[in-house]
Amino acid sequence: MFARIIPIVIKEFLELKRDKWARFRLIVPTLVQMLLFGYAATYEVYHVSTAVLDLDHSQESRELISRFTSNGRFDVVKVAQSQREITEAIDRSDAAVALVIHAGFAELLRKGQNAPLQVIVDGTNSNTALIALGYVGTIAQGFAQDYASDLAERVQGVRGMKQIQVTLEQRPWFNEDLNGRWFFVPGLIGTLTLVIIVNLTAFAIVREREAGTLEQIMVSPIRPAEFILGKTVPFFVVGLGEVALIVAVGILWFQVPFVGNPLVLLLGSALFLLSSLALGLLISTLCLTQQQAFSMNFFLLNPFFILSGFAYPISSMPQLLQWLTYVNPLRYYLVVIRGTFLKGVGLGVLWPPLAAMAAIATVLLTTSILRFRKSLE
Amino acid sequence: MSGDRQAEPQIVAENLVKRFGSFVAVDGVSFQVGRGEVLGFLGPNGAGKSTIIRILCGLLRPSSGRALVAGIDVARDPEGVRQCIGYMSQKFSLYRDLSVEENLRFFGGIYRVPNSELPERMRFAISMAGLGGREKALVSTLAGGWQQRLALGCAVLHRPPILFLDEPTSGVEPTSRRRFWDLIHSLAADGVSVLVSTHYMDEAEYCHRAMLINQGRLIAVGSPQELKHSALGGKVLLLECESLGPTLAALAHAPGVLDCSVFGNALHVLVSDAERSLSELPAYLEQQHLRPDRLERIDASLEDVFVQLIAVDSAKQSAAA
Ligand SMILES: Nc1ncnc2c1ncn2[C@@H]1O[C@H](COP(=O)(O)OP(=O)(O)OP(=O)(O)O)[C@@H](O)[C@H]1O
Ligand SMILES: [Mg+2]
Repeated sequence: MFARIIPIVIKEFLELKRDKWARFRLIVPTLVQMLLFGYAATYEVYHVSTAVLDLDHSQESRELISRFTSNGRFDVVKVAQSQREITEAIDRSDAAVALVIHAGFAELLRKGQNAPLQVIVDGTNSNTALIALGYVGTIAQGFAQDYASDLAERVQGVRGMKQIQVTLEQRPWFNEDLNGRWFFVPGLIGTLTLVIIVNLTAFAIVREREAGTLEQIMVSPIRPAEFILGKTVPFFVVGLGEVALIVAVGILWFQVPFVGNPLVLLLGSALFLLSSLALGLLISTLCLTQQQAFSMNFFLLNPFFILSGFAYPISSMPQLLQWLTYVNPLRYYLVVIRGTFLKGVGLGVLWPPLAAMAAIATVLLTTSILRFRKSLE
Repeated sequence: MSGDRQAEPQIVAENLVKRFGSFVAVDGVSFQVGRGEVLGFLGPNGAGKSTIIRILCGLLRPSSGRALVAGIDVARDPEGVRQCIGYMSQKFSLYRDLSVEENLRFFGGIYRVPNSELPERMRFAISMAGLGGREKALVSTLAGGWQQRLALGCAVLHRPPILFLDEPTSGVEPTSRRRFWDLIHSLAADGVSVLVSTHYMDEAEYCHRAMLINQGRLIAVGSPQELKHSALGGKVLLLECESLGPTLAALAHAPGVLDCSVFGNALHVLVSDAERSLSELPAYLEQQHLRPDRLERIDASLEDVFVQLIAVDSAKQSAAA
């Protein structure tokens, strides 16, 4: 039935084998990006430039400020004398964060009441700002607790002393340093695989079109399905190798724990690879030149990345974009990867994303087969 | 395969028209190719040779008209003709990173040549291409002539009765071109119908019949002999002289001269009456202070015929436009 798949598969492997540059492209950039992302793209923030305005001039206010400077998270670059200087420091980007302690701060604390600490962050880098805000909360809370127990000690015997409340909310994911990376590295498996595989396959057919070999294939009795499937198999095998490489780096180098079932991860990876391959092949059937395929790639891959939940939470996207994520295979693969790596959940929980990827792969592959015309028009 | 079907046409084109937008690339072309016949397509760049061949292979749909290949209407059933045809596209289209053997095996595979016959056919193709001993060589390392012969070998691996060759000898050195034509003729002798395009006018001599195409239209067809004797409408004189340019300009207005063109470092002059022009032209040129070194009657070559016909046709076209 599909006897002509085999010569296509053999041919693709031979071409891949002879193409030294392709092998380089498959391995080196993958490793480099993996290391780059693994180290650079973390949620940790150090040495945030900070401006301080202390209008209370109390022992308590000085104590609070010293807590900010002592742990390396914040560098006080400016001790301001007025609110205006604070505004200027933020405007000129001299400081990313400003802390303002108003007069009466110590007074309130001594009475056991909530004492406000005003924090101004430079929202133009919202990522850093958010993270910094989280640290401010943590430090303020630590200070408040210590102060409360200290106060309790001093007024021993006096009952009914109200616990001092924490005014800034603390974000739990900033507490544990390693969690950021554990969260990131599994996500990288998905995004890197998508980029590599779509890039590889997007050129698979266009290249032959430009070389002229496609015309030779079109006049032969080969069926579109045989041709497309023949192109799929070799890239699928290559893709599995890529996934294995990235997973190995994640587990062995970055020490990300893998607590789930490897077979579930394998199944998820296979389905994800099929969807990525089919996407690449579809691009390839739609484009007439490699140049077009390149631009199409560029145009498509970013939305896939953004709408996957890798970096930005899907639940905070507008409804329309949330719907778009439902056709994004990367979205489902990330669920499978994080589920198997970090949570250790199995098929019972992960079958919906697996089924979704299978459906996407089927639709895309079928479309590329139907799109592939044995004609130059 | 019986000899009595010699007359039965394998390729029939009836009034083929192909438009790309408003541009007419093929304009009402009709012809036939019989079993075992070699038909040559000649014409300048952009004449429409490749477009006609692609229509016949089912790669393009004709805007109107009909193409029958092996008795099958190509536009209706393009898949029906695939197994019967071999095609060499104008652009070299084997896999350069694959060896000679790997390419042959690949094409054997997609045409489903039975495993029992494949080794024998591959041996045939390799010896035909003269590549014995270089089976493991990558195609990219072969010289042009070898590449083209290997491409022909791949195109005939499944023994198609009909062969379309689009400029198979372009960019190949003359001795290799000669060898290639010998291969075409040995295939034709086995009953294969061959439609071959070329822009080397001299290669028309190797065809059973040649067709001249200009701007999408058929302007002459016939055996090389027929074309030389009837298509020209005059006799050819050879004129050698020092100053080609002024002589060419002077001859344009000379009495009895139909046309004049440069061939190498001489002129070919088309005249209506050879004897009269031979006696009158030297005096006419003398008046203009031009002196030919040599003036004699020669047999028209196909190149004379084609250059003349294309010049006349193009002039007619631009006059009409
Ligand atoms: N897909 C297309 N779209 C638009 N115009 C086309 C297309 N294919 C061919 N043409 C035009 O049709 C004309 C005939 O082209 P064709 O390739 O058939 O000429 P040719 O005789 O094979 O020339 P050459 O000797 O250069 O190969 C040319 O002017 C070409 O630009
Ligand atoms: Mg051409």
